[in-house]
Amino acid sequence: MSRPRFFALVALVLVVAMVALPFVAEKFTVQFATRVLIMAIFAMSLNLLVGHAGLVSLGHAAFFGMAGYCLALASPQYQAANFWTSLPLAMVVSGVLAFAIGALVLRASGVYFIMATLAFTQMLYFLMHDTGIAGGSDGIFIDARPDAGLFGWRPFDLEKFGDFYFVALALFLLVFAFIGVLRASLFGRVIAGIRVNETRMRSLGYATFRYKLACFVLAGMLAGMAGYLAAAQFGVVNPDMLGWHLSGTVLMMVILGGMGTLAGPALGAAAMLLLELGLQSLPVVGDIHLGKHWQLPLGIVIVLFALYLPKGLTGIPGRAHGDD
Amino acid sequence: MDLATFLIQLLNAVQYGLLLFLIAGGLTLIFGIMGIINLAHGSFYMVGAYLAWSLSMHFGSLWLAIPAGIVLSVLLGMAIEWLLIRRLYRLGHLQQVLLTYGLILIVEELRSIIWGDDVHSVPVPALLSGSIALTDTLSYPVYRLWISAFCLVFAVLLYFLIQRTRVGMMIRAGATNREMVQSLGIDIDWLYRFVFALGVALAALAGMIAAPVSSVFPGMGNQVLIICFVVVIIGGIGSVKGALVGALLIGLVDTFGKVVEFKIGGLRLLPELAGMSVYLLMAVVLLWRPAGLFGKPA
Amino acid sequence: MAMTEAILQTRALSRHFGGLAAVAEVSLACHMGQVHAVIGPNGAGKSTLVNLLAGELAASAGRVLFDGRDITGLAAERISQLGIARSYQKTNLFLPFSVFENCRLAAQSRLPSSMHFFRRARVHEDVNAVARRALRQTGLAGREDMAVSALSHGEQRQVEIAMALATRPRVLLLDEPLAGMGAEESSRIVALLQGLKADHAVLLVEHDMDAVFAIADTLTVMVNGCVLETGTPAQIRASRAVQEAYLGETHV
Repeated sequence: MSRPRFFALVALVLVVAMVALPFVAEKFTVQFATRVLIMAIFAMSLNLLVGHAGLVSLGHAAFFGMAGYCLALASPQYQAANFWTSLPLAMVVSGVLAFAIGALVLRASGVYFIMATLAFTQMLYFLMHDTGIAGGSDGIFIDARPDAGLFGWRPFDLEKFGDFYFVALALFLLVFAFIGVLRASLFGRVIAGIRVNETRMRSLGYATFRYKLACFVLAGMLAGMAGYLAAAQFGVVNPDMLGWHLSGTVLMMVILGGMGTLAGPALGAAAMLLLELGLQSLPVVGDIHLGKHWQLPLGIVIVLFALYLPKGLTGIPGRAHGDD
Repeated sequence: MDLATFLIQLLNAVQYGLLLFLIAGGLTLIFGIMGIINLAHGSFYMVGAYLAWSLSMHFGSLWLAIPAGIVLSVLLGMAIEWLLIRRLYRLGHLQQVLLTYGLILIVEELRSIIWGDDVHSVPVPALLSGSIALTDTLSYPVYRLWISAFCLVFAVLLYFLIQRTRVGMMIRAGATNREMVQSLGIDIDWLYRFVFALGVALAALAGMIAAPVSSVFPGMGNQVLIICFVVVIIGGIGSVKGALVGALLIGLVDTFGKVVEFKIGGLRLLPELAGMSVYLLMAVVLLWRPAGLFGKPA
Repeated sequence: MAMTEAILQTRALSRHFGGLAAVAEVSLACHMGQVHAVIGPNGAGKSTLVNLLAGELAASAGRVLFDGRDITGLAAERISQLGIARSYQKTNLFLPFSVFENCRLAAQSRLPSSMHFFRRARVHEDVNAVARRALRQTGLAGREDMAVSALSHGEQRQVEIAMALATRPRVLLLDEPLAGMGAEESSRIVALLQGLKADHAVLLVEHDMDAVFAIADTLTVMVNGCVLETGTPAQIRASRAVQEAYLGETHV
């Protein structure tokens, strides 16, 4: 069987498995899978920046968190917001924020850029944490999950964990397909060119700043989608959804999974969450409760990946990812 | 604001700025000379503070704790460089971010295992525990003045080291031409090890002397790291002079932002948004001079 | 010598680095239908001149005029969109991409906008055709699907030129295009330049004197950032000053 056929078959099997999951697994597993799908969307959005455009951002949680806050603030007290209006709203807000931040940080290059993205997400963290705009350090509770009512018809009920899973799955597949299409588009080719050799792109006549900014905004909007879903799932938003710890975590997911590939970020998200789950249930060794200090083995895994597997999980088979 | 209050805030601003300079100076040295972005730099600041706490309890005095702490952090820096950092020289920013992020997690958890997660205070040494009277009612702690003086001395020492000594010349040369330095018979591996250890020691030292005023708590490393990044962005990477100017600017903006009242129309922005003021300063610099005030444009 | 107005010209163009003048008060003019060669010893400032003209380096003083318009200080992307293309002395390609993709990206830059997210880039046949034509002209037809990193040095230089051509320029700034090429490839490129002359203005920085004297209509000799002499090939060949400057460097 040829390579593309093989991968198509694997993809088909996976999709079938993902669709079948809620019918065969218990509630906890389905909710965990929902979390994985949401983080996969988040990771794919960051990969647009890191893997495709070559822009390493340590501040991507800003758009994730602000979308969550947007949902919280848009939900009337004790009532549910409307899914069909609040989701686009959250994504637009993330997009506008990404435009504002991107216009500033993209003026910096290299290490400056990385540091500037980190600083801006911290700025938002402080804004939400220190002021009373949105509940300060406690955050805001979202009393009811968004209502999917549309002119009297309710296609799904997000309060049911099965429905929520399918919505997350549908959006995941949508984003996956979108990014796949984007890569091969005119825009995607320019972004790839910018990653490989930005000076050459400029000397070929491309206004690279505009394209980088557009990419930044797109990535921000998709991160907003993920943040919206996360807030809806957990029912609470707090400044930690904006902080650099989350930004670092999602960046790790992208790098560990393998950047520049379609499946890499999703794999990385699944791997990190599974790793976290597994490490947290580690036993007590001697005096040390390994489960509580699960970030220690995680840190070691990350360091080992940095040294020996810089291409991440999808780099293991040794295939060069095609850019054409 | 009356003169005495202003003076106190000014002294606070300078003290904070000089302390930041010590930390950011280490960060910018490591990047400027070795090309390594070290996310774990703040963690070493935290390690310094915890070392100050545990060593001063052990020795009974901060005076003994500090030299012991310096030695330990130099050794720690060398060990980490030898074990991990030296493998990063040929790799890109991404691998550096990845590895040093993992390092943050490791250092945090080790700290948690060794010293726990509680907040601690470190007593000011008796010699420096007094206050200088400024007015009838207001006085200023001697220890804070000492911190400023200490950092200033270190700034001068650093200047001399880099500008006037052979080692400093090697450091500067190493920044621009690795092969040339090597062909001169200087072992560049040890030079880089030294620079990294120096950077780590500066961060840890800052943590040690700051411990009595800022207390010792788990999140202190990450907090300071981000401010350091802002210092470097404002000052320009690789520029020690830039780090000094940036650090002092931030000291001023941050300190005065918290005590000054600033309204636009009916909306009170300061001191409510004081936490954001340094980032706004950074945004302004990014707009005006993307490479930092003293940085070299790309 | 053509009597038409120069399409690209510089007036006392200068660039300093600290105290060093890499390019000092250089004035020259390129005309449509002609090849203007710039020659000189290493370090004469020829590449710096190209970088100045292409907008990748800002001038310290002087002006650059294109079609009568002052374009001094314009960004590289604007200059490219005006119709001035350059090739690099040190091969500056998209190494992971195929030969075809390198040229296709160059050709794509001429679309009014690339802010399109859905249709496949390869669908644009007009862009593809321009890329293929440029590759044919430089003799790379048939190598289209190879990764650029797998090409020989000479072939990579050919891709450099093809990319410049794919942007459909009026002016070509070629920085040592023949460097590292074998005899056969060189003569093919020289023939190509002869053919391109009719519809373009070419500024050619080169060390290969055979090629230069074969196709150049005007020569400018640069030494230490300054223009030593400008003239026809015959004038330059006969000039004592030029021979002294070039003593032992190349055969004329």
